[in-house]
Amino acid sequence: MKRSTALATAAAGAVLLLAAACTSDVPPGGAAPTGAPGTSAPPAADQFFDQAEHDRQLALRDQTAQGPADQPWVQMLEPEMVDTAQYATQGPHNVCFSNASVDNPWRQVGWTTMQAEVDLHRDEIANFTALDAGASDDKQISDIQQLVGGDCDALIVSPNTTATLTPAVEAACGRLPVIVFDRGVDTDCPVTFIHPVGGYAFGATAAEFLAGEVGQGGKVLALRVLPGVDVLENRWAAAERIFAARGVDVVGVEFTENDTATAKSIVSDYLQREGQINGIWMDDGTAAVAALEAFEDAGQPRPAISGEDQQQFLEKWKAENLTAQAPTYPTFQWRTAVIAALQILRGEQVPREWILPQPVITSANLDQYLQPGLPPLHYALCGCREMPDFPARWGA
Amino acid sequence: MTALAERVRWAPRLAAGPAAGTWIALGLVVLLAAAIVTARGGDYLTQANLLNMLSRTTVLGIVAVGQTIAILAGSLDLSVAYLIGLTSLIAAEIMAGDPAMIGPAVLAVLAASALVGLVNGLVITKLQVNAFIATLGVGLVIKGILESRYEGPAGSVPVLFQRLGYDRIGPIPVSVLLMLAVAGAAALFLHRTRPGHHVYAVGGNVEVARLSGVPTTRTTVLAHVICSLCAGVAGLYLASRLGAGAPYVGTDGGYDLESIAAVVLGGTVLAGGRGGVSGTVAGVLLLAVLDNLFDQLVLDAFFKDVVRGAVIILAVAVYARRQLRARAQRAVRVPR
Amino acid sequence: MRALRDRVGAAAPVFGVLLLLLVAIAVVNPSFLEPASLLAYLKRAAPLAILAVGQYFVIVSGEFDLSVGSLVTVQVVVAARLIDGDESATLPVIVLLVGLGLLVGLANGLITTRLHVPSFVTTLGMLLVLSGAVFLWTGGAPRGSLSQAFRVPGRQGIDIPGFGQVPWSALILIAVAAGAAVLMRSAWGHTLVATGDNDRAAVLAGVPVARVRTTAFVLSALAATVAAILLGGFAGVSAQVGEGLEFSAITAVVLGGVVLGGGRGSVLAALAGALVLEALFTLLNLLGVSGALESTVQGVIIIAAVAYAARRAGRRRRPPVPEPTPQPA
Repeated sequence: MKRSTALATAAAGAVLLLAAACTSDVPPGGAAPTGAPGTSAPPAADQFFDQAEHDRQLALRDQTAQGPADQPWVQMLEPEMVDTAQYATQGPHNVCFSNASVDNPWRQVGWTTMQAEVDLHRDEIANFTALDAGASDDKQISDIQQLVGGDCDALIVSPNTTATLTPAVEAACGRLPVIVFDRGVDTDCPVTFIHPVGGYAFGATAAEFLAGEVGQGGKVLALRVLPGVDVLENRWAAAERIFAARGVDVVGVEFTENDTATAKSIVSDYLQREGQINGIWMDDGTAAVAALEAFEDAGQPRPAISGEDQQQFLEKWKAENLTAQAPTYPTFQWRTAVIAALQILRGEQVPREWILPQPVITSANLDQYLQPGLPPLHYALCGCREMPDFPARWGA
Repeated sequence: MTALAERVRWAPRLAAGPAAGTWIALGLVVLLAAAIVTARGGDYLTQANLLNMLSRTTVLGIVAVGQTIAILAGSLDLSVAYLIGLTSLIAAEIMAGDPAMIGPAVLAVLAASALVGLVNGLVITKLQVNAFIATLGVGLVIKGILESRYEGPAGSVPVLFQRLGYDRIGPIPVSVLLMLAVAGAAALFLHRTRPGHHVYAVGGNVEVARLSGVPTTRTTVLAHVICSLCAGVAGLYLASRLGAGAPYVGTDGGYDLESIAAVVLGGTVLAGGRGGVSGTVAGVLLLAVLDNLFDQLVLDAFFKDVVRGAVIILAVAVYARRQLRARAQRAVRVPR
Repeated sequence: MRALRDRVGAAAPVFGVLLLLLVAIAVVNPSFLEPASLLAYLKRAAPLAILAVGQYFVIVSGEFDLSVGSLVTVQVVVAARLIDGDESATLPVIVLLVGLGLLVGLANGLITTRLHVPSFVTTLGMLLVLSGAVFLWTGGAPRGSLSQAFRVPGRQGIDIPGFGQVPWSALILIAVAAGAAVLMRSAWGHTLVATGDNDRAAVLAGVPVARVRTTAFVLSALAATVAAILLGGFAGVSAQVGEGLEFSAITAVVLGGVVLGGGRGSVLAALAGALVLEALFTLLNLLGVSGALESTVQGVIIIAAVAYAARRAGRRRRPPVPEPTPQPA
């Protein structure tokens, strides 16, 4: 009785409020979330596989990027330039940034690099206002609204989630130039979207390397972070296809949540069960060293491994002379976002989709990327080596 | 029975004590924030800034109001964060972009959250499981469902429903009115209805309440159902705001521990029986003002956690001190 | 005498469940019964089991400690930054970590007992302060690296000829368990349980309740320090090494039949609860339930375990001879 009263009151309240509304900040066209309306679980096997995009990324790996080779953060692949004269304003500018979070070392390195980039342009940037959403979609929507309501000349967004941030970004686009990087949004209203080649290329490069090393019938264990993150899903989708085509025996696909202890335990379990594993494929290299230590502790030869450009992995690679490769998702894109914002405010052309190169670290070029003395969770491809206060600012 | 009557009459007045303190603290922090921001050449009391602060309180506010009722009844609810994610998905998937499905979706969300609350309440009362473990367990069950069924945002919300998250009536966001409506309804429930008074009685001393004829089991279950319904409403609001359902929107926001923090910041006693919704609203606003100030000062995200933790401990220590003093005074007065 | 029977009685089911789970694992994977596998399992379970022992002291005294997970992270990150690969710094830094643990436990205890802040709030606040402060100090991500010597207890063991390697963490776990069991049999152990059972009665009986509870918090923080040394040793530096450990530890204690609110349960049962939790994960993993429904299974099991314990306790609470309930003063 009482329960139903409370229920009815709440329902009636919600309906009433809805009906009474009179001004709306709903972005034009409303939200356009990913997938078909009502995309329902369990997800189709190919929810994260887009053949055309896959093929495009794999082809992009072989393209030569335009721009200075020693500054990959301003290079671009197959750019389609757009005119930004309409956004040109007199400086110095107020540049604003809505950050998803700094809750992992990759984002931390990127954020440090971005602030260093801003410091390089103190003559052009009067104020750099950054709000951190702490990984909360709702907070980031509010952050974007707050920044748009303030006196920003350009807004950089690193979205927490693709689908759910789309409406807020669309609303912002109508008011000022928007630059999106890292994860995308489901709208092409931002002036430019900055990202490296992408997850398919990352996953495929690592899988091709491992397939070559372990050969047909070789045993590979795939260590993944989390299900459901589109960038990571793309990496695995591409790798899965290559392993299948090359006859590699994928003995397991496990999620580590980037917890090194979990990763080490999983690898130990698999070593015990399988007796021997020839290769480790990872969608994110954070736990690479822990995975290798599991082999050491079990007295097994170290496997071929694909990691990432994380400092401790590169150091171990060098010290132990590993059979390894590191496809990267460069943190230097955080620099690019600031550079793009200033180009737009100057009215210079920028690519509609700014595709950055995605260098691959191999045993041949390892020394070129490994800089001793940096923190264990530093990412080598920060593009920050020539910046002031390097390496101290990055924690060395 | 007289003991109960006494308690019931006292409940609202006792609640006014710490709540008033929180409101005063809130006022002081707002003044301080305004002074700091103005001193740095900023403009604090702008409409945009105030609105932003208010609209940011919606989700935590709604969840914390529900949590207040659970805590007042001597319980607590750690399952709300997962429930928010689940209900946002239920809403977005049933609506599937179709305005005609808004009604059914809202009803389904309310039904699902009421069911979760019912389970929480029954596990606590009938199976005699400590509320901490019961709601942690139910939360884990929901987490498993989310993890096995969803791999990211799903469903889609029609534009009409998105207006709940984005519309304003005059200068005030609808979402803030929604929060105030939920808080008002909860306050009415607590202070003007018999089951509401029972919540205080059960939280104060469950044995005394039972002996006084309060239906203790039903009261605890009802408190949990209301708490879960609030989480469901928060899920609906988030779905409207995000345009889709998102499995981790509740846990990413940390709404489980944060809502408990807001409640105790508002002067409600964690052990139950004392406090109220007004203090919770002040607690939520206080957290929002602090957050906003940190944003304005562009402080490190990690620094925010340190200050938050310290503020929560400090506030509760002050309440505890005042309560001890009050008790001592009463003790002195009795012999006369 | 009844206290002893109570304690053993309450403890019995968790040991049965543990045995059952180990048998089930052995059925699915017969090689699990080899000494090497069993020791590897103990090694993996050691950090959580030690945390559970620490959490037990706090819970049996009627309080909570939500700060242990973030304390573990703090200790590992602090160790990495201070040691920074320097072998000779290992021992001084470990001493410092113990001091830091002591300090955190003392703060938790004093705020809870002297300022009368509920421990749930104290340790929730401490969780926020610790996790914020450590990354404020290191600039967001861990810095430095652990020395080889620091990693020995968590990673290596001693070779026993003809048997194989016994991990240090298993030995440390056994030492902690023995120490805790002895402590709970001492006079201090009895006052701790009495405090959790009814603190007013304990005060009247002359127990220094505040000091006893503060000591419990200190022991919990020290247990977290040991767990941090083992976890950091096992898997190296990580920013999220302690994530969620507070809930796992509390779950383990409760699985061991220890009653939240204090006054009942044995420390070895709490430890067994941690072993059950770890065995459960191992089994689920072997059965391929991993990821998807693992949380659901875990949730149902902890509710069922506590409900079962409550029913037994309820039955025991209504004995033919009426048990005198201590009257609140």
